[in-house]
This record gives sequence, structure tokens and C-alpha cells, in this order.
Amino acid sequence: MGARYFGAEVQRGEDEALITGKGQYVDDIRLAGTLHGAFLRSPHAHAVIKSIDKSAAEKMPGVAAVFTYADLEEPVNQQQVQPYPNPNIRQDIRPYPLAKDEVCFVGEAVAFIVADTRHIAEDALALIDVEYDILEPVVNLRDAISEAAPIAHRGSPDNLVSQLKISYGEIDNAFEKADQLFKTDFLQHRGGCHAMEGRGVIAQYDPILESFTIWSATQCPYLVRRSLASQFELPESRIRVIANDVGGGFGPKAGFYIEEIITPWAARKLGRPIKWIEDRREHFLTTNTQRDTWWELEIAVTAKGRIEGVRGSVITDNGAYIPYGLLLPFTTMAPFPGPYKVLALDLTQDVVYTNTVSNSPVRGAGRPNAAYAMERVIETVARNLKIDPAEVRRRNFIQKDDFPYKTGLIHFNGRPMTYDSGDYHALLEKALELADYDGFAARQAEARKENRYLGIGVSSCIEDTGMGPYEGVSVRVDPRGQVYVSSGAASQGQGHKTILRQIVADELSVDIEKIHVEIGDTGKFPQGVGTVGSRVGVNIGTAAYSAATEVKTKALALAAEILEADLNNLEIEDGIIRDRGRSNITISLGEIALQLAPMAGAAIPEGHTASLEATSFDASKGPPHASGSNVCEVEVDLGTGEVKLLNYSVAHDCGRKINPLIVEGQIIGGVVHGIGNALFEEMIYDENGQPQNTNYGEYLLPIATEMPQINIVHQETPSPLNPLGLKGAGEGGTIPAANAVIAAIENALEDFGVVVDKYPIHPERLCELIDQGRMSEAAE
Amino acid sequence: MTDKRDIQFTLNGKHYAEAVETRFSLADMLREQLDMTGTHLGCEHGVCGACTVLCDGEPVRACLMLGVQANGKEIITIEGLADGDELSPIQAAFRKHHGLQCGYCTPGFLTTLTAFLRDHPDPTEREIREAISGNICRCTGYQNIVAAALDAAEAMRAA
Repeated sequence: MGARYFGAEVQRGEDEALITGKGQYVDDIRLAGTLHGAFLRSPHAHAVIKSIDKSAAEKMPGVAAVFTYADLEEPVNQQQVQPYPNPNIRQDIRPYPLAKDEVCFVGEAVAFIVADTRHIAEDALALIDVEYDILEPVVNLRDAISEAAPIAHRGSPDNLVSQLKISYGEIDNAFEKADQLFKTDFLQHRGGCHAMEGRGVIAQYDPILESFTIWSATQCPYLVRRSLASQFELPESRIRVIANDVGGGFGPKAGFYIEEIITPWAARKLGRPIKWIEDRREHFLTTNTQRDTWWELEIAVTAKGRIEGVRGSVITDNGAYIPYGLLLPFTTMAPFPGPYKVLALDLTQDVVYTNTVSNSPVRGAGRPNAAYAMERVIETVARNLKIDPAEVRRRNFIQKDDFPYKTGLIHFNGRPMTYDSGDYHALLEKALELADYDGFAARQAEARKENRYLGIGVSSCIEDTGMGPYEGVSVRVDPRGQVYVSSGAASQGQGHKTILRQIVADELSVDIEKIHVEIGDTGKFPQGVGTVGSRVGVNIGTAAYSAATEVKTKALALAAEILEADLNNLEIEDGIIRDRGRSNITISLGEIALQLAPMAGAAIPEGHTASLEATSFDASKGPPHASGSNVCEVEVDLGTGEVKLLNYSVAHDCGRKINPLIVEGQIIGGVVHGIGNALFEEMIYDENGQPQNTNYGEYLLPIATEMPQINIVHQETPSPLNPLGLKGAGEGGTIPAANAVIAAIENALEDFGVVVDKYPIHPERLCELIDQGRMSEAAE
Repeated sequence: MTDKRDIQFTLNGKHYAEAVETRFSLADMLREQLDMTGTHLGCEHGVCGACTVLCDGEPVRACLMLGVQANGKEIITIEGLADGDELSPIQAAFRKHHGLQCGYCTPGFLTTLTAFLRDHPDPTEREIREAISGNICRCTGYQNIVAAALDAAEAMRAA
């Protein structure tokens, strides 16, 4: 029997609870006797704490306790553990669970109040008196690298977290022999997580079992468990972390945060469950952000637009602490040179501390940065050589028969970066066709008659998805023929349960309604990694397929004996195993399960193993590479600088799609996130390191009226690295989007020579650039 | 600190008499006092729309309205949209069109669109986008929400 569910638009089983108000997000969980926590946070970007007087707050009725650093005992009073240690980190500075004697960004936690209600806890915050000595902060990434810069942390020699270099090919030779040399410099600005549910923790301590149960709105319950075990010096078996319904993740919820230390610690101390729920202002101040990078690139190119070499530097703002190792800086470099066959590359990355909130991956991690940089290179070549940007891409793409293609770089798994499969030329043509790229000149000319300025932009990318090491899946059939699936991979809305059900239902040939899935609970599955980097579909898909195949093999082997049939003649349909030659001879999966899991005294049939179940940690044999080409069409109002998005076309290749409904949802959501980076999202700090826009009136997220229709066409180049041919789909929308939008704006304003040097690009900046263009035109 | 007022109101068709802290927002009252956790708080400053409920049929931000202001009102939350086990047309359309991913903002979209579709039985796509422009969704990019609303409108007209 063929696949019924794989590749079909199966509606999600997750949805019924969520559309009827029955979700169980962390703040919805009610435990008897719960106390509520609130954090006092630093109002300064950089200061020394001289004294803290908490006596008035402690006396307030309803307050159970007020904790500062001085109250923490060993080993919890150590710096937050580093989940991703790396020898390339020069200065590995992590926050203390509560500030020890120095605060290094606005929002750093100074004290924790626990009270009967959240309202009382927040009231009491105002009664804590902290005396600070204010220090000069370093706020800007380019300042941070200069010798005269203020130092983000007292006692540090400088602000350098790490310097990373990558190179391959003969870069000097490429630049000596080039027909033309070009330069491009630009800033990419950070945006935040802005999951609609903020972070949150509930912790309960059982003094009899000496064990914690922790609910956290996290993407990585196993990372939280391991970090806590290390922080508390406890075996992992004493810590159960549950990520039930989680209201969006987008990267920043993949980290480990001090609130995940303090809340359980205080719960143990006070012998009561404690809940801490982040409010939106705290989210702006304290949840990791990402994308601040400043690039200076040089390009060596032939007269025909073939890129022979790229060299240059990038500064990455790490923020105040390094909560996530160097994963982000690595992902900013590893995707080079994107889908292009660039013969030589040489890049240096300086990662710097500043007195701003810490940085860790946001949707795509460093990949959108790297993709934007390579696309800027393409645009620069196209602009200077006056070649159509789509044609520059065609001339530089890796060819279809070049796969597997080694770029010359090393993946952060330590192996050579290898693109497994793809067809970038065909994918680009699909996008151009969907966008009616050829018809654009006529549309533009027509609009220009009415003095309307239309532009079109193209953007292409690759994405290393499905990274290892694994994400395990268990499949067990019970005597009723119901199938229970568990996995470590927590979901923040990606529909993991549905795709697990699809794959297992197909492989066991049972109705999808009989498949029951549990995920995101370290008490239910022994090991997991985390939902990051477009890796889960690939890894749980592979493991689910392997585990279900093993269960099926076990079941058929026993069925062949019981039915006295030839194994090769057996088939399963709707949970019933039958002999093809004798269709009335059958046995159900449930009956097989009963034979393999009998009660006391009975025997397991000889040669078979107990329980109709299997667990697999099989993973993709390397990261499958997805790819995409996007085309955006815009209209720019010369008077106001307003950018209207007219149309957005996506050609995307994520291998075989498990569920097109979910894949398209990921792509559309991802594109909109990238559009937000290009046009809207800007976390503004003043020169004192004070965040200036910590609400949604002033920090703009994409809303429905500003978004264009996004049309998608798929290309399926199956990955040879895993049995189902899967590639990840979670971030491929975001990665190329910013350049598509910005290139379209530049194209619309070509007459004025507008080159966008920073995103997000706001209307007022566009007006400045248009005016500059007009003035230089007038001067000529 | 705990100044309370006695109020009466209807919530999802059921009559309530409650003593409510005067500083409780309507969302606080629903979530903390009545354990009706389907209404979610996204920003608590009236922009994201996640906490939208219907008050006398009109969408309101439960984070900006005080609980005591519910006195004498009829409140409908996400928990009150379905008719028993039967999903409302907009709920069913959200599932069909993959109009939600994480589901956290979804209650606010569903309540907003319930009122909108009642008043605009034959909306254009643009009108739907305007109607949900006070609701933020980080996951979906809105497109499938718009598709769901168009489909629900059609289903409601056919009914």
C-alpha cells in the first residue's frame, strides 16, 4: 500500500484545542499553592551595584521573599552555564543568575520577588532601593571594536568575544587577475523574537524525590534540563522539563536564561511552586535578539560578471553576554558562498560585546545575514556591470550536475560543507516565471507614465537544514492496536505531532486517528536536542520512519509464523496483516502487540523480542541543503518614501514535502519575518544604551495590511542523505527575503542611484537617499 | 490593596456574580479569577490583539478594559465561540486553511473575525486585512488567516 498521508495536505491534529481555547501554554498551568515571581531589572546599560536595600519590600504584606545575589548559595551563584563551550571564545562571559556587582545591559536581573500574586510582586519591586555607580556603556558594534571604546565588562581587556576566519581558494590571485573590483558596505540591524507568547517558567520541587518539575516556554527542554543539572549539580534524572503548548519560538526561546535558574531555585527554597511569566516590556529588554552585523566586502569579478573572489570583514554584535556559544557567528559564515560557485573566499568576523541585550539566533540564525551579504555582492556586480541581476545569478550558480558540491568551507559539525542536491537554475526560472519577471519592464513603463515608481528584486539562497546529531522517536503499538509515538522534539507551532502521525501511519498502514503523539517532555522521552535551525522535520522524519519500519518488520516476522505464511506475501492494511494469497487469513497489529507484551507467566514467542515497539535515533547523514529564489515587486512613493509591496513570489526546494499545508505555512510566515527585517523591525538604543521602543506602537512588526500576496511554487529535489528525501523548511522563507525587498526598492529608485546601506530601510531614510540622488544628478 | 467591587455579568452564556479587584483588567479577571485561560495576553498594552474578547458583541482588548467594567455586560471569549462540539464557521476555517501555527494569537483573531463576519457577510480580501490589522501574528504571515476568513464568510452565506 502506498503513502496515504505523506505529501498530503493533512489537517493538523494540534488545532482543535488551540481554536477552542483549550491550549495549555505555560501561563495556563495551575498548580495548587503557586506563588508568583517578578524581577527587578537594571535601569542602566552599565553600572556597578553599590548597595541593595530590600527591607521595605520584604515587609510588604503578601511578599514571601526577596532574593538578591547575596542570597544565592553555591553552586547556583555561579555564572549561568555555557551550553555551547568553544575554544574560539576568547572571553566567555555569562550572566550571574542575579547580578553580582555589575549590570551590563538595561534589563539585567538584580532582584527576584516572590509573592502571593503577580500584582503584589510587581508592587513590591518599587520598594527595593538599589544604589548604582553608572559606567560609560558601549552601544554600537563599530564603536566596540575601536581602541578608544568603553569596555562592556569591567576587568576585560577589550570587547572582542572572538575572531573567526574562513577562507578557501587563492584569494590574492583572484583579485590580481580580476577584470573589475567592486566594494559593498552595509549594516543589517537586529530584530527580536516577538513570539506572541513571551518566555515563562513554572517550577515545582518535590522534597521527597528531591526532583524538579519545570514547565518552560522553551524550544529546547533538553538543553534546559542539561543546563539546570549542571547549574544545580544534580543528575538529569532529577529534573523534568516540559514544554507543552509554546506560543512561538523563532530562535530566542532556544537559549537558556537566568529566569530558568532562579525560578526553580526559589521554588525549592520556599517549598512552593513558583510561576514567572515574562511581560512584553521584559521581552523587549531581556529576550535575546539578533542580526546586528556590519559588512565590508570586496568583489573580484570578470567582465562577464563571473565572481572570482570575495573577501572582507564583518563585525557581529554579541550583546552583553554569550549565552549560546558561537553558534550564531558560525552560521553567519558557514553558508558562504551561498548558491554560487565563487572560486576564492576570505572572510574575518569580529564578534564584540556591547551593553545591549544578548544576541542568539533569530529565525535563520546567521544564515539570513550571510545570504543577504552574498546577494548584496550579486546586486553590486549587476549594478556596476549593468547586467540583469537574474542573469548575474545564472552565470554564477553552481550547476545541477555539480552535486554533491563541496564549498571549501567546514560545517560547524567539523566536516566539509557539502551541498547534497539541488537545481538552482531551474528554481530561479520558476520564481521568475511566477513573478512574470519578463513582463515587468512593461509594467514599470506603464506605471512610470503616471509617475509611479515600480521596482523588482530577486534573491536566491541555500540553507543548510536538518543538522545533527539526532532527534529520537519511539513508536509502540498497544494491544488495542493504538500506536503511541514519543519524541523529544518540542513544537512551537510547527506541527511536529501531525508530521509524526503522517509518517508512522503510512509506514504501519494504520489510520492516522490511531496515532497518538507526545513531545516536548523530558519525562516522556530520554534524550532530545531542540527545535532550531530547520532541523526537526528532517530528523524526526528520519527517526520516525526508521522506528516505524522496525516495528513493522517485527510485527510481520511474528505474523508470518502465526499465519504460517510467507513473509514476502504479507501486507498491512488499516492495521490488519493479511496473506495476499489467502485474504481471509489475518491478524491485527494489536494482536501481535499482545503476543509480544503478555501478562505474567506467559512466554514471548521464541526468536522475538518483547513489546511491539522501537526507538530510533537515526538522523540525516549530514545537513540536507534546501534552496530558494524569491522575487519581490514594489512601488515606492517618491514624496513619502513609502514602500508598497505589490507581489511576492517564492520558488522553494525543501526536498520531499511531508505536508504541503505546513511547508507553505512555514514559508509564508518566514517571508513575512524577513520583510519585517527589511522594512520595519528596529530595536533602537540611545547613546546611553537605553532601549527607545519597547512597545508595539513604536517597534513595528509586520501586520496584515502591509503584507502582499505571497505565491509559492515548489521544486522537489529529494535529499540523498535520508530515506524520505527530506530537507528543512522552517527558515527558507526568511533567509532570502530581505534582499528581495531591498533590491526591488533600489530597482524602483535606479534613476536616483539609490543604494540601500542599512536595513530596516525606513521611509525617511529613503527620502534622504532620493534627495541625495537628485542633488548629485543636478550637480552633474 | 485589594479593593473589590461586586459585579454581575454574562460570560459565554452563563451568569456570574463576582467580587472583583478594582485593578484587575478584564483579562486578569478571566484568567486569574475565573481560570478561563483561553484569552491570552500578548503585549498588555493594547496593540497585539491577542486578548480580544467580545463585549456586548463588540471586540475589545481584555488587557485595556477593567474587570469591573464588565458589570452588566455580556462577554464572549474563545471558549464560547463553538456551539458545544460544533466549531463555529471561522474556527473550522482556521483549521482547514492552516490559519494558525502556535495558536497563541488565535483567540484574538477568532473573536475579532467573529464580530467582523457577522457585520460584513461578503467581505473583500482587503476588508479582511483591515479588520485584522489590529491583531499581530508572528507565525502565519496572515495569508492563511485571510483565506480562512473568506472561506468562513462563504460558508456562513451558504448556511
